[in-house]
Amino acid sequence: MQRILFLLFRRLRWPLIVLVITYSIAILGLVLIPGIDDQGNPWRMDFFHAFYFVSFMGSTIGFGEIPYPFTDAQRMWTTVIIYATVITWLYGIGSLLSLLQDKGFRQVLSFARFTKAVRNLQTPFYIICGYGDAGSQLVHELSSRGINCVVIDCNESKILDLEIDGIQIEVPSLTGDAADSETLLAAGIKHPQCRAVIALTGSDKQNLTIAISSKLLTPKLKVICQSDNLDNAANMASFGTDHIIDPFDVFGQHFAMMFHSPSMYLVHQWLTSSSDKPLTDFQDPPRGNWVLCGFGRFGKSVSHYLSKEDIPTTLIEADTNSTEAPKTTIEARGTEADTLKMANISDAVGIIAGTDDDTNNLSIIITARDLNPEIFTVSRQNLLRNNAIFDAAKIHMTMHPETIAAKYILGLIKTPLLQDFLELAYEKEDEWANILLSRVLGTIENGMLETWEIEITPSRAPAIYNGLLQGQAILLRDICTDPRDYKAQLSCIPLLARQDDNRILMPNMSTHIDDTDRLLFCGNAQAYRQMRLLINDPQSLHYVQTGKDYPGGYFWKKFFSNESDQEIYTK
Amino acid sequence: MSLEKIIFAFFSVLALTLNFSFFIGDLDDPLHHTAYELFAALVVSLIATIMKFGDRAHIGALLLATSLVADLQLIAATLVWAFAIYVAEMPMTPGIMSIIVSLSGGALLANLVSVTLLVVETATLRR
Repeated sequence: MQRILFLLFRRLRWPLIVLVITYSIAILGLVLIPGIDDQGNPWRMDFFHAFYFVSFMGSTIGFGEIPYPFTDAQRMWTTVIIYATVITWLYGIGSLLSLLQDKGFRQVLSFARFTKAVRNLQTPFYIICGYGDAGSQLVHELSSRGINCVVIDCNESKILDLEIDGIQIEVPSLTGDAADSETLLAAGIKHPQCRAVIALTGSDKQNLTIAISSKLLTPKLKVICQSDNLDNAANMASFGTDHIIDPFDVFGQHFAMMFHSPSMYLVHQWLTSSSDKPLTDFQDPPRGNWVLCGFGRFGKSVSHYLSKEDIPTTLIEADTNSTEAPKTTIEARGTEADTLKMANISDAVGIIAGTDDDTNNLSIIITARDLNPEIFTVSRQNLLRNNAIFDAAKIHMTMHPETIAAKYILGLIKTPLLQDFLELAYEKEDEWANILLSRVLGTIENGMLETWEIEITPSRAPAIYNGLLQGQAILLRDICTDPRDYKAQLSCIPLLARQDDNRILMPNMSTHIDDTDRLLFCGNAQAYRQMRLLINDPQSLHYVQTGKDYPGGYFWKKFFSNESDQEIYTK
Repeated sequence: MSLEKIIFAFFSVLALTLNFSFFIGDLDDPLHHTAYELFAALVVSLIATIMKFGDRAHIGALLLATSLVADLQLIAATLVWAFAIYVAEMPMTPGIMSIIVSLSGGALLANLVSVTLLVVETATLRR
């Protein structure tokens, strides 16, 4: 704010000086020129009346000649000063307006507004650098859950997108280079409520710079980066970047998992999907020969994971030299029927279109389907705005790197335990995943699955925490009981319990809850709401443990409660 | 030597000297203090103040503050003058004159501080 005031004064210095000088000359002239009063005596205007006259004349209000009609000499002078003062005013107001329109001045203004908005944030927030496809999805998901975000993007049109996107809660945003430490500081990197910096700029180099500056400015702050390149990822990891997401690698892993253990793949899909989308159905990718078009970052990752699963692939790549494709690769674009025939498309069971051009990918899929109508189709989608045509093409699986990154980061923020769970679950058999799937199906009503985490801390679960503090034994079963009917269970499945450094997969219902425990559940949204109530309300907790309501108010406590309840209450 | 510095110093010193020439003379004698001098002192003081706008250095802020004090004192003096003569319609008495002149005396002090600061700043530059 101060900076703005100084800038304003500095720029308005000359208009103001010109104004003062013009006024003083005008006033002095009026005082010096002799006039005649109403009796015909010589008279001179004094400073007070001269100032009054110039004030209303200069601002073109014009009350007439006061206190006495002017002489011709006075009128001549007045004619001169009318033009002088009006022009001076125009100059002054013009300078003020041009200053307000000035790009630099507006930048200073928006920077000050941004800094103030960030400083006033009271709840935990995340700094998101880059409002591209991934950044915007993440901001939408987080703000729909009431979590604050701060957005920086160097592209002004992206920030304008944010303003018209209609996000319910206020998202402070700034056009600026997030790699600049000044910008990061203004975005609240040292703010006590800042939880993480998330770099999704679309440029690996810039993400790297953001990670370095963030780690140097606040070493304890979590930094999450997207990286499409192994070298950069290694560099980011070397100075302690907490999470590095390579969407191509993530997809490759999932894709291979689909062959390795289809049920496990589905468990993963369900638990990581956003809660407002219906669950995907089981898809069984056929085993046999696959055709992979494009050997870029995407193709390399997919072919790496497919070869691990011993799935034979035929590669097609237009530029075999710079991509260092294997010798068996067919050197062509893949959009022509001839090339696909050469790759034995009619015998292949699946085609993967993985070039960095959406039109080419669609063309590959459609041509392949013409030649082999039964073929399983997988395509990489580079731009989010092409959603409609990819949907219309009815492709079995589409892979959009930005969406994968956004989903992954959302998982890290919302349910960090999910990573632990999945890690442990991958070691299990397909059979185990099958049982879990059928249990999950039993808990959900309308096809929506919610995944949530609770932490036994005084602020997150006060009822449980206080209960433990008073020496009560609380079992996992209690937390999973319906607070409206103590005989019924909530429709949820405890997936993981983390007690200190122990991770218990699918914990038993008779597990004892301890403070600082963290628990991961999945189930329907109703169960989530009931559990939130239960862990916050001591009365509900008492009810699910004993099946009795204890009286809450003073009057009822005094006159209507029996001994044993009183005991528990006063403990 | 820059033109900006010259103009800046010129107006600062001129504000002081004009203020002084209005102030000098018997405190309560209207003949020793003319309205023209007060007018000139006020105008130059205002210009000097605007010159000091937008300087973010510490000494710059101090200069601006002293100038603002001088303006305030001089404006108060003119207001007293205008009020006594035109609103209360009194003749100019030695009592009123002494109020006006002592107010401008306050402005003189502020201007003196301002010029002293200017000299100190220039001296520390040693160029």
